[in-house]
Amino acid sequence: MLRIPMEMKTKKYWKQTFEAYMYLLPAFIILGMFSFYPVVKSIYMSFFDWSLLRERQYFVGLENYERILGDSVFRTAISNTLRYVIAYVPLSISLGLIVAVLLNSKIRFRGPLRVAYFLPWVTSSVAISMVWRWIYNQHYGLLNMMLAGLSSVVNTVVEFVTLGHVSGLWQFSNPNWLMEPRWTIINIVIISVWQSMGYNMIIFLAGLQNIPHELYEAAQVDGASPWQSFWKITLPLISPTTFFISIISIIGAFKLFTEIYVLYTGRPGPVNSGMTIVYYVYRNAFERYRMGYASAAAYILFAIIFIFTLVQMRASRRRIHYGS
Amino acid sequence: MLAEQQMWQYRVAKHLRRGVLYTVLLAGAVIMMLPFIWMITSSIKAPHEMTLRTIQWLPAVPQWQNYKIAWEAAPFEIYFQNSFLIAITVMFIEVIFSSLAAYAFAKLNFFGKNFLFLLFLGTMMIPGEVMLIPNYITMVNFGWVDTYWALIVPWTVSVFSIFLLRQFFLSIPHELFEAAILDGCSKLKYLITVMLPLSKPALVTVMLFKFIGSWNSFLWVLIMTNTPAMRTIPVGLTYFVSDVGSYYNYLMAASTFAMAPILILFLLLQKQFIQGIARTGLKG
Repeated sequence: MLRIPMEMKTKKYWKQTFEAYMYLLPAFIILGMFSFYPVVKSIYMSFFDWSLLRERQYFVGLENYERILGDSVFRTAISNTLRYVIAYVPLSISLGLIVAVLLNSKIRFRGPLRVAYFLPWVTSSVAISMVWRWIYNQHYGLLNMMLAGLSSVVNTVVEFVTLGHVSGLWQFSNPNWLMEPRWTIINIVIISVWQSMGYNMIIFLAGLQNIPHELYEAAQVDGASPWQSFWKITLPLISPTTFFISIISIIGAFKLFTEIYVLYTGRPGPVNSGMTIVYYVYRNAFERYRMGYASAAAYILFAIIFIFTLVQMRASRRRIHYGS
Repeated sequence: MLAEQQMWQYRVAKHLRRGVLYTVLLAGAVIMMLPFIWMITSSIKAPHEMTLRTIQWLPAVPQWQNYKIAWEAAPFEIYFQNSFLIAITVMFIEVIFSSLAAYAFAKLNFFGKNFLFLLFLGTMMIPGEVMLIPNYITMVNFGWVDTYWALIVPWTVSVFSIFLLRQFFLSIPHELFEAAILDGCSKLKYLITVMLPLSKPALVTVMLFKFIGSWNSFLWVLIMTNTPAMRTIPVGLTYFVSDVGSYYNYLMAASTFAMAPILILFLLLQKQFIQGIARTGLKG
């Protein structure tokens, strides 16, 4: 299909080319206007002091990039985003895999269980972040009430076991999850892991079904424990799926915005503890109308994602096992 | 005797393992469901039940009127109409445009095919946030800010759908295509009468993804709308928060009905959904 023989480059071939372009036209127009053009326009804008509030725009060269990289808020945004990516991606993937492996055995209620784990993924991030805001409430939130109950159970058990020598081991003081900066990223990680785990689980389940059952049987005959089978069979053979999921998750994680915006009602968390790269872009473009500056920041985000994806592709090339 | 004892031990171990498996899976599922349960029970609580310091799962008397109060406290009817209108329009236009493009890539030979396909795929690598600002300016120049045009037109094509459909079209035997064309069937007719009916699962996947993506989309709608008349459910919900503040029972009622259409759709089309996602993973 790749090389077209000369005899095909006839009138018929060009007729078909014209026909194909007609089929592609609607998609091409829309993509051209809203994807190809803005990608180029955006890099162009990033070299300008571009404001919507005036007619003329001023060329500033690399100044936007220099100022962004020198901005301490941007550095906070990078570090917050990275901390989020590093915590969220492995957690979401490993929990998804664990649940998939557990569900992959012959058990009853597989369907309903699968639905229960997957349900959070289809719900709107806005509505669900609202629910979590209520759960994280310091005084009346479900989380603190459950933790308080848990701490009193733990204390009673410890007191009983140590015959009253140790009492009040876990002094629970209602943390104010939404007001203390140190919890911000953790709050978001919990919500995101909860929401995305089911999606990973479904993809892992599909991948697991492609692993031949005979391999496990053979391993069992050879006296391998389920634990060993997991490490020696499941994990290597599922690696292409793991790779796909990790790429998707990392790209998605770098774009964190909505959850922060809703959980902290239109602010990037207490003392910028929830400032992310996309939030930084949003704030500069749509709250301060510095379009060139924000475009430069968006391009830095693109560069970071690109580098991460590239590094991951390199790193996993050797380790991924693609079966025949 | 020994064999019997071993057998017995084996059985106990097996049951124990099963028991642990079920307990872990069930506990996990309960934790996953807790936010939903808490949302729904909170939504029917009376104000004084919202400020208890201990967990009360069910309200003494279900306050169903909370839903009515929340619904009337903001123009949710308009938000719902907008969300439905936009999601359905985008979904149908997108599936048509994507099928046409996917058909060309899958079945036709033409000049620049590989180049165009790579160009299309390339856009998937670029985060949407990079295009956000120029697209906003385009909308300002078109005078489309705060209109349905802005909320529909840019979303009518997705490379992801084109890719997914192309993969599916490729799996339909090419001989069928050649035979039909030889018999004088036009290419468009073949697409509509043969290809699309055979591709139902892929089409359903594409449409479901689009509907949900559109229903839940937030950032674009947030920056493109200024008036309540144009807002969709997610954006309307964030404005509702600033209006009612910390009346969480009303907030939870609003969150519940904001999620309801998607949850119902999902529960009805569970199978198609889960198969669709599995498909995206395998082909990716």
